Amino acid sequence: MSTEVSTEVSTPVSPVARKRLGYDGVVAVMPVTIPYARYSTHSAHWWLGRALGELIRGAGVAKTEVDGVCVSSFTLGPDTAVGLMQHLGMSPRWLDHIPMGGASGVVALRRAARAVQAGDAEVIACIAGDTNQVDSFRNTVSQFSRFAQDAVYPYGAGGPNASFALLTGYYMKHFGATREDFGKLCVAQRDNALKNPHALMKKPLTLAQYIDARPITDPIHLFDCVMPCAGAEGYLVMTEDRARALKLPFVRIRSTIERHNAFPEDPIQFRGGWAMDKDALYEHAEAAPEDIDFLETYDDYPVINMMQFEDLGFCAKGEASAFVRKHSFTIAGDFPFNTSGGQLSVGQAGAAGGYLGLVQALRQLTASAGATQLEGARLGMVSGFGMINYDRGLCSGAAILERGLTRGEAA
Amino acid sequence: MSEALVKPKKKNPVERTRLATLPPGARSRSAQGLTRAAAEGSFELQVCADCATVQYPPREVCGHCLSEHLTWEPVDNRGELIALTTLRHSNDLYFRERLPWRVGTVKMAAGPVVVAHVHEDCATPDTSGVPVRLSLKLDRSGQAVLHALPEKDTPNMNDAPQMRESTCDPKFRRVLVTDGKSAMGMAVAKAMLDAGASAVFLGDPTTWKTVAAFDKLAADPRVQVVELDVTDTDSVDRLAASIGGKVEILVNTASYLRDGGILGRKDVILARDAMEVNVLGLMRLAQAFGPGMCFRAADGSNHAVAWVNVLSIHALAALPARGAWSASMAAALSAAQTLRAELRGAGVRVVNIFPGPIDEEWEQLTPPPKLAPSAVAKAIVRGLQDGVEDVYVGEIAEEIRERLRENHKGVERELGQ
Repeated sequence: MSTEVSTEVSTPVSPVARKRLGYDGVVAVMPVTIPYARYSTHSAHWWLGRALGELIRGAGVAKTEVDGVCVSSFTLGPDTAVGLMQHLGMSPRWLDHIPMGGASGVVALRRAARAVQAGDAEVIACIAGDTNQVDSFRNTVSQFSRFAQDAVYPYGAGGPNASFALLTGYYMKHFGATREDFGKLCVAQRDNALKNPHALMKKPLTLAQYIDARPITDPIHLFDCVMPCAGAEGYLVMTEDRARALKLPFVRIRSTIERHNAFPEDPIQFRGGWAMDKDALYEHAEAAPEDIDFLETYDDYPVINMMQFEDLGFCAKGEASAFVRKHSFTIAGDFPFNTSGGQLSVGQAGAAGGYLGLVQALRQLTASAGATQLEGARLGMVSGFGMINYDRGLCSGAAILERGLTRGEAA
Repeated sequence: MSEALVKPKKKNPVERTRLATLPPGARSRSAQGLTRAAAEGSFELQVCADCATVQYPPREVCGHCLSEHLTWEPVDNRGELIALTTLRHSNDLYFRERLPWRVGTVKMAAGPVVVAHVHEDCATPDTSGVPVRLSLKLDRSGQAVLHALPEKDTPNMNDAPQMRESTCDPKFRRVLVTDGKSAMGMAVAKAMLDAGASAVFLGDPTTWKTVAAFDKLAADPRVQVVELDVTDTDSVDRLAASIGGKVEILVNTASYLRDGGILGRKDVILARDAMEVNVLGLMRLAQAFGPGMCFRAADGSNHAVAWVNVLSIHALAALPARGAWSASMAAALSAAQTLRAELRGAGVRVVNIFPGPIDEEWEQLTPPPKLAPSAVAKAIVRGLQDGVEDVYVGEIAEEIRERLRENHKGVERELGQ
């Protein structure tokens, strides 16, 4: 029995028999964020309802014109998307409920895009939101999944901290990453967050503060953890023609991937499903890593950012720490990364955390990102990662998005 | 190496007694298979009958070939600790009070990867893993958890705080032996003292009778003789009022055993006497001592921890030659199951002992093999140290247990011959 891991990891490539269709003629519009709150006395319905309201008013469409809805939420129970539709007085002809946590934003986009493309719906509202009442987090983690209930929760972590501590420790030992590498990313994200009015973290973070923070679950320290909060995010998917008619700035979809329970034979997670699908992602987009102007990853812990750099092809497996040392990750840096500040500095509003990167990318590519705006961003990548079910995160996804019509051009 | 446990100081009577908290106890029905194995002290996981893949976490269908034929089988418990963390924070009350706490990832030789509590004597893995053994134990919620232990036993390893949580070790605990004048009671008292119990309250139901071995045992300064007749509610209540707050392990050795079936007599006097001691005695003890033990279930390193019933394998299968007594044993087992449910809320474990025939006065006519009381006493101590809740002692008990699983109707017929 050997659990020794070579830094040269064989990467099975997903067999794709047929050429995938493009997402021609379908666009994503109207990024909205309902400003986050550390705690909320409202229910998830309130947050999701507000996001839908913002989308409809912002796009200037009638409520009845939204004929498709896609929902993600951890705290909506006992309701599902179905109950929410009656609550919100919606009668959609297409409805999806995506329980994929951090991968929900990308997965919602690819589901909705195909539905619009095929004509099953005309305008789809993709919304994600959660409340955070004083006991929400404990309730969510204790009932997260059967494997978590049977095989993780009794071991004391009460959340994903321990699972991530184990895989972070493993990654550091096997691939030479240091806390300073993680800290560099966290500090850069905080710098970005200070330009984002929605971010809950309002104070700068120094590397010294990061390093000296109190230990939570070795080697995870305080600033490696996201802060649970309440909030909602959303966007609309429609045809390009409709977006033009509504004079809405829009973003084109060049390529998307998703994968679940990748590499189950790995004894501990040191890579995600992106490693199986990244060639398909770039091929479909007819692009290469160097064409990407900015990257928005799912960042519930810094180690997963490093894995995304590797598994999405920005550097080889095991070289993320060298990559981090070589680049700068602020909005003004040479590798603009998590330009909203990411969940680590904005806050983790439950399932909305899985939409944060996508919504921010839509802002960047429609030139509506305010103080976080990058100059001339044309291609952006969003990646998602979700559901620590037992010992690892199971869902992964990514999308390459392209600037369509910016706010200035649409007006 | 674990530090040896230090004898706890006398408690400051002004301090508040900390109440018991429990680790998360919810489990799926499949995961209760782990609980059964842990309760009996074996190491079992689900194995696919079709492709032999070992499963973890417990499943409904095979994660490899999707067969629904999963059976619980003993599997190789060795593995390699490949990642380790120390929790310094927890949202769970139970763990918050016990930080820091070590948890790790173990790649088992049998195949699966498991998350387990990690003993402090296990080394920290580097780029290569650390060999460990896995053990299934019951935690304070009464549910099974995996412990990663060092490859070989280390000195004082049962003294580590994490182990102390999943076991009921008598070390530095005070034990009440309800009938200390029987051969079994005296053997239990000796075994408890040998295992490091700090005191034994030795129950004397027959103060008018002189027993030399009892007097000799009573001379040990760690032994305190107490008057206790489990058929007398006042006697039980008086003792509980006097020492109830000091009992950390209670071993009920009070026993009434007589030969005879049901049809051979014209009265139920013998049956009533057996019930009086074996069943109602247990209930009186439970009502008098149970609440106090629950209150002290998190009180320091020697908190109240276990309630032991010395039953008989015939609690599970009647021996018609001792029909009335068998009925009282079955009733006592049933009462013990209720008590187990009632004490679980505080994390106090009910341990049932199922011995075969014992070599003592009232079993004079039983043919061998018979168990020496000292062998049963040692099995009780081992059960407490290992943290199990059902202990079968001796070949006859093991055989009847096996045969009950195979064909309980056959056992009925054979015991009735």
